[in-house]
Amino acid sequence: MKNEKDDLKQLVNETLAEQKVPHVKLKKIGADKVDVEKLTKPSKETHQEYWGKGLTYAAIVLIIVLVVSIIGFIATHGLATFIQDHVNVFHFLSSSDWDPGEGKNHVGAAAMIVTSFAVTILAALVATPFAIAVALFMTEYSSKKGGRFLQSVMELLVGIPSVVYGFLGLTIIVPFIRNVFGGTGFGILSATLVLFVMVLPTITSLTVDSLKAVPNHYRKASLALGATHWQTIYKVVLRVATPRIMTAVIFGMARAFGEALAVQMVIGNAVLMPSNLVSPSATLTSQLTSQMGNTVMGTLPNNALWSLALLLLIMALVFNFLVRLIGKKGQK
Amino acid sequence: MNAKTKDKVATAVIYALVSIVVVILFGIIGNILVSGVPHLSWHFLTSEASSYQANGGVRDQLFNSLYLLVLTMIISIPIALGAAIYLAEYAKDNWFTSLIRTTIEILSSLPSIVVGLFGYLLFVVQFGFGFSIISGAMALTFFNLPTLTSNIEQAIKGVPQSQHDAGLALGLSNWKTIRGIVLPAALPGILTGVILSAGRIFGEAAALIYTAGQSGSTIDYSNWNPMSPTSFLNVMRPAETLAVHIWKVNTEGIIPDADVISAATSALLIIVVILFNLGARALGNHLYRKLTAAKS
Repeated sequence: MKNEKDDLKQLVNETLAEQKVPHVKLKKIGADKVDVEKLTKPSKETHQEYWGKGLTYAAIVLIIVLVVSIIGFIATHGLATFIQDHVNVFHFLSSSDWDPGEGKNHVGAAAMIVTSFAVTILAALVATPFAIAVALFMTEYSSKKGGRFLQSVMELLVGIPSVVYGFLGLTIIVPFIRNVFGGTGFGILSATLVLFVMVLPTITSLTVDSLKAVPNHYRKASLALGATHWQTIYKVVLRVATPRIMTAVIFGMARAFGEALAVQMVIGNAVLMPSNLVSPSATLTSQLTSQMGNTVMGTLPNNALWSLALLLLIMALVFNFLVRLIGKKGQK
Repeated sequence: MNAKTKDKVATAVIYALVSIVVVILFGIIGNILVSGVPHLSWHFLTSEASSYQANGGVRDQLFNSLYLLVLTMIISIPIALGAAIYLAEYAKDNWFTSLIRTTIEILSSLPSIVVGLFGYLLFVVQFGFGFSIISGAMALTFFNLPTLTSNIEQAIKGVPQSQHDAGLALGLSNWKTIRGIVLPAALPGILTGVILSAGRIFGEAAALIYTAGQSGSTIDYSNWNPMSPTSFLNVMRPAETLAVHIWKVNTEGIIPDADVISAATSALLIIVVILFNLGARALGNHLYRKLTAAKS
């Protein structure tokens, strides 16, 4: 260490002696005045850097730990049904006999799984044409003003809380369907209509992004060939944007699949295999919402509910995976 | 049908679909405001909710919603800010960064009910907090983190690289540059992101019904001691928010005037959320003009 310091002093001396331009020659700084200690230690700036970097690292690690523990906690509780209570996984997925209080042969989630997928797919089917139309209107047809107006319309729709959608569904859509189709009015159709409005802004805004990403010279080239506006849109713009529009639809489906309260309020909450669109049924989320408070931690009925939560989690991961898959294909 | 008629038909269809969407939106907003606003009285805002009689108010629910919002923001802003700074400034293009991005995407795609149930397992059951405001605030933080992080990250990335380089050229450390130059420049964007996510939190209910609970305790607004069980500042008391209140009165159906109460509460929620949206835009523009040399 001592040797190193001497070396450094030597070096400073040599450098000073070598300086050729007189007016910058720093006579006042002799080798003895150089604080080698300070120069060789990490500077204040380096310390700041360590601190800052450390803080941001901590935040990132926290988020990773959080996600891992969410998956871990839900998985351990969800798998308890199959490991502790010995419920058959295939029975769980294929039977529609849901009465976990009666024992392990009555834990079948098929009715809820079918209903969940039914409302999700139907809502996406209804919402997609509207979303594409609005997105086309915003990017291809309207003036800037019209686009901005629709943009704020969509932002408002996003901002409405899901319970408000549920309440509106309960007071407007359910009575309407009761009058038109008879029955109670609760069921898949009501849930589809509520979810349609809820996923519309999600699909629309992502579709707008995808249409904006289509290079403008494609449109110009198509128009220059004599194609009409619609031919350009249909044969060029939409074709190029297809992978990202599909991503948009999947995002919308993920939102519909995971929506709990709004659906719970209009679906009727009867765990039955849905025979038609206007009979009361239950989705995974609605069953979780309405029953979690009525079961005791650690019992079979409670574990069965955690299995439903695990199923929701797995589906969220699947939707995520699909988005990535399409994203990768689109890049090729 | 030749190309020109097809073009006209397609245009007509698109215009029709767009007008249906606009009509639906105005129908929704109009319906909520028309049926709810007439019941929004001073009495409604300042009296307690009744458990089985008509003519209750939402005083405690309103306070709980705001209190939860503030607590959630206090917890989530530092974490989201740290994560966003890391992603925008420090992250290299390697497997670790893509792992982080995947994790955040997964977190944002989790249904809010799943996040709420995780909060229930961890805080209510495991840590023994019971149904409490702090459990609710933590669950809302988890729900809020991914959106807030990506909003802040976008805001930070929007700051020109030249400003960053200028700071480094002055001999400042990277961290000092971020704190002293980049963050102030990104502030309008960050604030907009924060306010928008505040609107989302304010209306969230699914993550709260099993964390903050579905009932309120008696609250004393003159008791300022946060440790006292009756104090309005106590974070360990169960708390029902406005959004949860709407859900509860509709599903339980005990109160005779559930329709009126939920309509008025919905109107209140919508108005607050719209105010948040407008506020975010106005504040963002104002700060942008103040902090930068932009004209107009």
